[in-house]
Amino acid sequence: MQARRLKTAVAIAAVAALAVGAAGCAESERDGGSGEAKTGGTFIFAGAGDPKNFDPIFNDDGESFRPVRQMFDTLVSHKPGTAELQGGLAESWEHDPDGKVWTFKLRQGVKFHDGTPFNAAAVCFNFDRWYNMKGAAAQSQMIYYMDTFGGFAKNEAEGAGESIYNKCEAKDDGTAVLTLNKYKGAFPGAFALTSLSIASPEALKKYDANTVTQSGDSFSYSAFANEHPVGTGPFTFGGWDKAKNEITLNRNPDYFGEKAKVDKMIIKIIKDESTRKQELRAGTVQGIDFPAPADRKALEGEGFQVINRPAFNILYLGINQKNPKLKDLRVRQAIAYALNRQQLVQTKGPGGAKVADEFMPDTVLGYAPDVQKYEYNPEKAKQLLKEAGAEGLTLNFYYPPDVSRPYMPNPQEIFTVLANDLQAVGIKVNGTPRPWNGGFKDDVQQFGKHDLHILGWTGDYNDPGNFVGTFFGRGKAEFGDQAMTEMFDAIAKADATVDDAGKKAAWEQVNKDIAAKWLPAVPVWHAPPAIVVTKDVKGLVASPLTDERFNTVSVSK
Amino acid sequence: MLRVIVRRLLQLVVTLIALSALIFIWLRNLPGGPVEALLGERATPERRALLTKALGYDQPILVQYGKFMQRVLTGDFGNSIRTGDPVTEVISRAFPATIELAVAAMIIAVGLGVPLGYLAARWRGRSLDNLTIAGTLLGISIPIFFLGYLLKDVFTQNIHWFPPSGRLTTGLDNTSVTGFFVLDGLLTREFDASADALWHLILPAITLATIPLAVIVRITRASVLDVLNEDYVRTAEAKGLRHRTIRGRHILRNALLPVVTTIGLQTGALLSGAVLTEKVYNWGGLGTLITDSISGGRDYPVLQAIILLAALVFVVVNLLVDLSYAFIDPRVRVR
Repeated sequence: MQARRLKTAVAIAAVAALAVGAAGCAESERDGGSGEAKTGGTFIFAGAGDPKNFDPIFNDDGESFRPVRQMFDTLVSHKPGTAELQGGLAESWEHDPDGKVWTFKLRQGVKFHDGTPFNAAAVCFNFDRWYNMKGAAAQSQMIYYMDTFGGFAKNEAEGAGESIYNKCEAKDDGTAVLTLNKYKGAFPGAFALTSLSIASPEALKKYDANTVTQSGDSFSYSAFANEHPVGTGPFTFGGWDKAKNEITLNRNPDYFGEKAKVDKMIIKIIKDESTRKQELRAGTVQGIDFPAPADRKALEGEGFQVINRPAFNILYLGINQKNPKLKDLRVRQAIAYALNRQQLVQTKGPGGAKVADEFMPDTVLGYAPDVQKYEYNPEKAKQLLKEAGAEGLTLNFYYPPDVSRPYMPNPQEIFTVLANDLQAVGIKVNGTPRPWNGGFKDDVQQFGKHDLHILGWTGDYNDPGNFVGTFFGRGKAEFGDQAMTEMFDAIAKADATVDDAGKKAAWEQVNKDIAAKWLPAVPVWHAPPAIVVTKDVKGLVASPLTDERFNTVSVSK
Repeated sequence: MLRVIVRRLLQLVVTLIALSALIFIWLRNLPGGPVEALLGERATPERRALLTKALGYDQPILVQYGKFMQRVLTGDFGNSIRTGDPVTEVISRAFPATIELAVAAMIIAVGLGVPLGYLAARWRGRSLDNLTIAGTLLGISIPIFFLGYLLKDVFTQNIHWFPPSGRLTTGLDNTSVTGFFVLDGLLTREFDASADALWHLILPAITLATIPLAVIVRITRASVLDVLNEDYVRTAEAKGLRHRTIRGRHILRNALLPVVTTIGLQTGALLSGAVLTEKVYNWGGLGTLITDSISGGRDYPVLQAIILLAALVFVVVNLLVDLSYAFIDPRVRVR
């Protein structure tokens, strides 16, 4: 019996020693000295959610794009830290006067991670793959492709239209010629879309990338998408350990551009926001995304680098003209004059936010410097309401209290301030909080049950159509499904203008008319979303499009 | 005995079918859904219609349910809407994490709870008893998520004794055999991984153990007090039996019956507690899976399977508890 007791005691002591030892080991690892940034080591970034998979064409969200961007490149890319276009896998490009034939001069000597060469044939293989994709399941997941090219060789998914893709020819190894059926304003910006990254044709074939199968009410993707994504990017795929929630990316020593400084990058998926912060503070991750505005100062105070991305987004107050009172332009203008947006920016905006006068950032072509501005003027708002016979107006104001978006980090607070402003001019506001995916998007975007709502957008690429066209290019339940044909036509015309000067003038006019004549919504602010890294991280260039490539990052030990 | 088991298993099948219908219909009647989750801001009417059709949500709900049951009967629970992984794979990956956590919590709760309850009863009214009662009251009253954040704040942010979240240090290689990381490390002789996993396990396990620990202490104490006053204990003492024999065979064994019932019920409760604990510690088990599947993506296939699995575990544990009565109390066996 004594022996048994002793054995138990020893076992307990061993377990305790093991635990304390582990704690000690980790402690000593954390206590490693600091020094100059150097090549090597591991950079650990906290992701906020699971990626869908790693095949660029089947993805459309930030959590999937973060790893994809490290492994793949696009024909056209963005200058680091800006939304300006520069060469990517294509060193240069040009189009014919009609904007239908695009010729890409490709970078030479580039290899995919599997050692196969990148060339014009590979580019055309990718375009042809997308255009010829078969199966309703696969087609339904190609959101950005459909946005850009409209449809497929044979449309199997509902909602797909006529494709503007005609053909792609490899003139020689270094020249790919893409022919479209008609010009689209989204180009060349859309060639920089992460979804349209160029993958290795050999790997696509070998791992059966086009097979998307449906099982019940969900899809499953190929081995290419899950286990063998092969691109040309600065990192290669190391694996996704789903039990540990870790995506490992390894340095690509043969990368054509600036080679990665760290040996390995790990994206650790931590879905809880406060846990991400705690991991950062514990030093177990070196970077997190989108801190709450209220936390930024504290994090800076603790010595973390809070890097603001240049704002490439817009938050707006949408007005639903299904309500007959809101059809009157004077009432919509009254709402605009009633809002003290400057104060909102100062009190609730993340650092670096600024009042928006248009629905796109001023770095986008077609931004008009002289649109009608709605400075805070409650007296004018009251007067306009009186003129319109809309005194004592009651409006249902929808907002999603449960989410934080890059352009709208604190919806509840934004609502409170805006609602107070409206009430100050005599508009009665019924606050209607609805969960983001539990009523808000249904009620606002599908059923149009609201009178007012807050929503926004982060741009995908540098093109006015990606902002203004997305919001107001067609009738939407958000704004009352109104046939605002004059506005729709003007936007379609601007989008179809090929020459840069004409395009700029057309979009400037659209922006002026939106502010003065149509006012379907009130632009509120452009808010720079931040990315936070520990002080030993060097070389991170924050992108307005959240298009960060981590090859420039080093971690000093 | 066999008849009891068969009857209970039949009850289980009926319960699961009713529950599956309930979950299926309830989920689909909630506002929002996977289509909204997948599309984000980019939801145009066409895209919404396209995806709704592709996912089969445009069909009548009974048709959807019929198809679902048809697949389930062949063992196919579908794929996660978010990642496309088979649901069985998603769950079998998360299941060991939750079980590892629950077992650790139960070891703490039972290992400390039964002796503490017994000692408190034996020394009734003395300071250990008073301390135990006060401690258990605190244990029952303190919400798990609050305790979790409190422990985390103190032990991971102020004094860096433990890691804030996860099951293993990021980047640490380990070989997965069973999915129970502590055990896997021992099996594969990767002792550093085993120690690391244990180090990660301690805080979540303590957090999760508090409520069952408090309940077990209280039930054990009350039960032992009851038995202490029984005639047979006095008789045994009068007969001059050794104290250890009286304690082991007469007091503890008889007092354990309600304790075992409590442990069974607490195991069920542990699963709900795990949801909160896992959320706080980013544990990656079933609890995390449930909250992610509801709040973020409305991952119907995963949710349906987990809720059914939780119900199954709950019913099976209770069945085992009933069977264990027969083992502990021969009178139940005779009946």
